[in-house]
Amino acid sequence: MMRRSLRGPSLAVVVCAAALSACTTTSGSGSDEAETPRREARALPAGLDYAANPDPFPSTYAPLPRDNMAIVGATILTGTDQRIENGVVVITDGRITAVGGANTPVPGGHRVVDARGRFVTPGIIDVHSHLGVYPSPGVTGMSDGNEATSPNTAQVWAEHSIWPQDPGFNTARAGGVTTLQILPGSANLFGGRSVTVRNVPSVTMQGMKFPGAPYGVKMACGENPSRVYGGRNQSPATGMGNVAGYRAAFIAAQDYRDKWDRWRETGEGSPPTRNLQNETLAGVLDGSIMVQNHCYRADEMAVMMDIADEFGFRITAFHHAIEAYKLAPQLAEAGICADMWTGWWGFKMEALDAVEENAALVDAQPGSCAVIHSDDAQLTQRLNQEVAAALAAGRRAGMNITEERAISWITSNAARSLGIADETGSLEPGKRADVVIWSANPFSVYARADQVYIDGALTFDRADPRYQPLSDFELGQPGYGIAAANIAPGAR
Amino acid sequence: MRRLISLLATAATLVAAPALSQELTAITGGRVLTGTSVIENGTVVIQNGRVVSVGIGAAPSGARVIDARGRVVTPGLVVVDAGLGASEISSVNGSDDLSNSANSISASFDVSYGLDPWSFTLPVARLGGITRAVVIPSHGGGGGGHSHHVDDSDFAGVGEGGLQSPGLFAGQASVIHLASGTDILVRPRVAMAAPFGEAGAGIAGGARGAQFVQFKETLAEVRLYARNRAAYDRAGIRDLSLSRADLEALIPVANGDMPLIVTVRRAADILQVLRLADEEGIDLILDGADEGWLVASQIAAAGVPVLLNPIDNLPGNLETRAARMENAAALNAAGVVIAIKGNGVHRAREARFNAGNAVSHGLPFEAAIAALTVNPARIFGMGGQFGELRPGAAADVVVWDGDPLEPLSSVTAQFINGQQQDLTSRQILLRDRYRNGGRPAGGMPLAYGN
Repeated sequence: MMRRSLRGPSLAVVVCAAALSACTTTSGSGSDEAETPRREARALPAGLDYAANPDPFPSTYAPLPRDNMAIVGATILTGTDQRIENGVVVITDGRITAVGGANTPVPGGHRVVDARGRFVTPGIIDVHSHLGVYPSPGVTGMSDGNEATSPNTAQVWAEHSIWPQDPGFNTARAGGVTTLQILPGSANLFGGRSVTVRNVPSVTMQGMKFPGAPYGVKMACGENPSRVYGGRNQSPATGMGNVAGYRAAFIAAQDYRDKWDRWRETGEGSPPTRNLQNETLAGVLDGSIMVQNHCYRADEMAVMMDIADEFGFRITAFHHAIEAYKLAPQLAEAGICADMWTGWWGFKMEALDAVEENAALVDAQPGSCAVIHSDDAQLTQRLNQEVAAALAAGRRAGMNITEERAISWITSNAARSLGIADETGSLEPGKRADVVIWSANPFSVYARADQVYIDGALTFDRADPRYQPLSDFELGQPGYGIAAANIAPGAR
Repeated sequence: MRRLISLLATAATLVAAPALSQELTAITGGRVLTGTSVIENGTVVIQNGRVVSVGIGAAPSGARVIDARGRVVTPGLVVVDAGLGASEISSVNGSDDLSNSANSISASFDVSYGLDPWSFTLPVARLGGITRAVVIPSHGGGGGGHSHHVDDSDFAGVGEGGLQSPGLFAGQASVIHLASGTDILVRPRVAMAAPFGEAGAGIAGGARGAQFVQFKETLAEVRLYARNRAAYDRAGIRDLSLSRADLEALIPVANGDMPLIVTVRRAADILQVLRLADEEGIDLILDGADEGWLVASQIAAAGVPVLLNPIDNLPGNLETRAARMENAAALNAAGVVIAIKGNGVHRAREARFNAGNAVSHGLPFEAAIAALTVNPARIFGMGGQFGELRPGAAADVVVWDGDPLEPLSSVTAQFINGQQQDLTSRQILLRDRYRNGGRPAGGMPLAYGN
């Protein structure tokens, strides 16, 4: 998942060192840093050497109160292409410890949750969200998603725009979403860093940050950057201007990384001045920061893949990959995830060729990584239904796709698309206990998330107002405290 | 028992005379949701573009039989406020005929002239079971036909208060059918559209109080004009703020003969609009009504129908802070007639999913079906002509392989005005071109394989 630079304390190492669990074992056993002969770089004033404090906004997330439990009797879609009828999921200390059929032993002292007649899936992961950065209400003063001031703003971080009181986090959780990647917008070639969060109520964004999850950088192909900057009579104004902009940025980042490496090796002269923009792109080059690339058209994806080869980095995912189906074998061969909608099309030229079968066609390729995403505070509440529509389209096209396969498009494949597949996205022993109990088959429009667990802690319960959190913003607003059509006051 | 009533409809009220299919066709064995009732193992007989009978029993002799056993049969869905046929690609200005920004043409703007029967939005909507639509001009208040997705959108100029129409009125709506052919217009000028709330206030200068005053003044001018046309022609009355075309267009609104679709979201604004309509004698249709559940009894008492999107549950701005998923259920329970919208031009087909989500949040299933079929037809004054399976209604019939509100269900057969429709679209052609991973067969590019 994370590649170590041989030349210095890369961001990958740094991110691992900051992780709570994902990398603690590797950093414990990995003494390769100590074995690498290297002159001790002299200490710089605080903040001038990224390696000295590689995680300046550390996660303070702690799981909510939880107890050990076993969910029994449900139909389980594991996220690993498995379907278990009348199954058992055992959760111990916030982790999955066993998944199996009815005879799976439940340890003594574990609370038993009766889920007979219901469905259990991994918590849903939305790989493309702007909750918090484009919050509700989307009014003056609350639009913090696009630093549309320069085509390259790799130096900005989405986490610094997140408003944790966005009510959209709560409605997403009520739809089963336990993990989200929050991205900057797509006005720029490089929009900035994304951040992956646990969907828990918190006063601070640090309280939501997914411990150890790698950062991404939002890149954008196509119409948006050329429209925004072309409209200002500056570059990029065209597709070719876009590509020149990506390449110039990576040339600068290579140069920057090289300067730091040389300084660390020799310790001579003045150190390079820290540059947050290049620092993010250097993270891309050393593999510690994942490229999350908004890219609609197949021809543009192919160009981006060549740029990645030219500079020696990997593209993790194409987002809004409307035309992924035209390039499905190549994406699978390159190990690139295609993060897609089912029903969105036609809102601009580059969205013209969208087909509902996109996910099914991508998924049909061996080694593929098909993901359904939202980009929308409404759709994120119903990603299960968006998958159902994609599944139905695939079946209409004659493809044989099971529900246990399709659920991976918003669970395990989504985790892969964020570099957190070792931690979540499937119901397997060792994984975080991010679990949804659905009232019915989640591919039905009538299914509701009854209970949503994050790290084994109950974070939402449709039947229990004590587990229906309201953000600060929602207190005392119109309608507050009044029940609408027999639902709990306040719940949306 | 045979219950085949040969009832030929009176087509006189329809403006467009659709190409009629003479073939006698019976759709048999399905679960028939007529729009107002449910018939198990039902038989729907159509001929000459109309429904002949709906009941139980065998197909009439000589009829072509569509076997719908194990399937669900519904009227074609009627989607309100989708912009179908009037907007091709949302971001491409020249292809959007839903909104107009000329000062002299606001109320008189008539979307019917911009309808394109060859629009590629129509076959896609058909695949979602939609056979009719009410095309409503759009304005900056939202809910006017556009549900733009401009991803990561705030720089695209369609955000809050992004007003597109300079007048108080967005223009006049049309009813269309979606049958393939050359004429999709069913009835033009069925209603006038106007934004209120934040959007309307923005037009009037920024404050709600200004808009209500301006609105009343405008209606006064319309009435003055209507009484003094000859004087107007001689320039014998005072200057009026609206163009002659706009004044003419507003006469039926001022007279209560043409419904006024008011897009309004905040509960307080809804109450003000109800009062305004009562004072001015306006035939009101509410659109949006995100906070409608807070004043459901007042809306019901006024007998005003509501066009809504039941999945709007977030406070997109400060006038929708009470938005709830249960809005549709609460309004219906109070006795308000509701129509459920889709998600804009391109995602109109999601109207049925929106209805399904309303059901999962308390709306009775039958009410959800009605909100997609018979209710919108009635709201726009065309009850009995389409939107329900009953003798004499247009033969808009959809056969589904399951519950029409479920995303896993698909359309298996579809008739509009009795004509069976091809279940294909530009997207289906693309799918089939690339279904083998985009690898050309025989070395030639896929562009040759048509």
